Amino acid sequence: MELEQIQDTLIARLSGDLDLGVADHLRNTLDEALDNQPVRNIILNLAGASFIDSSVLGVLLGRYKRVSRIGGRVCIVEPQPQVRRILELSGLLRIMDEFPGEAAALENIG
Amino acid sequence: MRLINQMKLEFLSIPANVAFARVSVAAFASQIECTLSDLEEIKVAVSEAVENSIIHGYENAADRLVRIYAALTADTVEIRVEDDGKGIEDIDDALQPTFSTDAERLGLGFVFINSFMDNFKVESTPGHGTVVTMNKRVGSGVARISPEQ
Repeated sequence: MELEQIQDTLIARLSGDLDLGVADHLRNTLDEALDNQPVRNIILNLAGASFIDSSVLGVLLGRYKRVSRIGGRVCIVEPQPQVRRILELSGLLRIMDEFPGEAAALENIG
Repeated sequence: MRLINQMKLEFLSIPANVAFARVSVAAFASQIECTLSDLEEIKVAVSEAVENSIIHGYENAADRLVRIYAALTADTVEIRVEDDGKGIEDIDDALQPTFSTDAERLGLGFVFINSFMDNFKVESTPGHGTVVTMNKRVGSGVARISPEQ
């Protein structure tokens, strides 16, 4: 996972298969970034993610709850079709906003 | 319908084996005609069932065993995921989307299995383990017409 901070927005670029094997690492890395920097919004770039299941959806939902408490948003960027379908079915796409690219998400967060 | 192939896998209840399990079952299933979407759906269902065994059945103990049996007929994949873990007290409760004993789990495992497989069944004996049996008809669904017809 690659992290980049732009003002109060954390961009997380996730790649590979997102399942229980990476869920703890993902949770710890995101929480560390949220603990150490003033983060209000999160952009999840999923362009490189080939698989996702409920263990990682739980991690994403947990971080959503964390930033939404301070009025922040979570944006999803470029999910591959099979990943997007899971996000849709889980209901996460109803609470997170989807954008075609990081620039569009950043602009919308503005 | 005639059985074409069958297999059995047994592996330790560690998170790294979730990917091993789904990729193995998908590779096995692809011996019959499957669409890419069939394979993606089978992968999600296998992941969810194996994760349930690891997280709920074995409560993350890394030294237990998860077993998978899979069988193929010409157009159907049948998969059984078994553990010898603590079992499920109330299966009806466990099948509800919001049911989860862990705050950060969404309880979506069985929802995905239900959405992606044609049939699934959960059997459990508290204290002895859980068996999830699921099957899916695969392929394009278009009847193949032989050149003679």
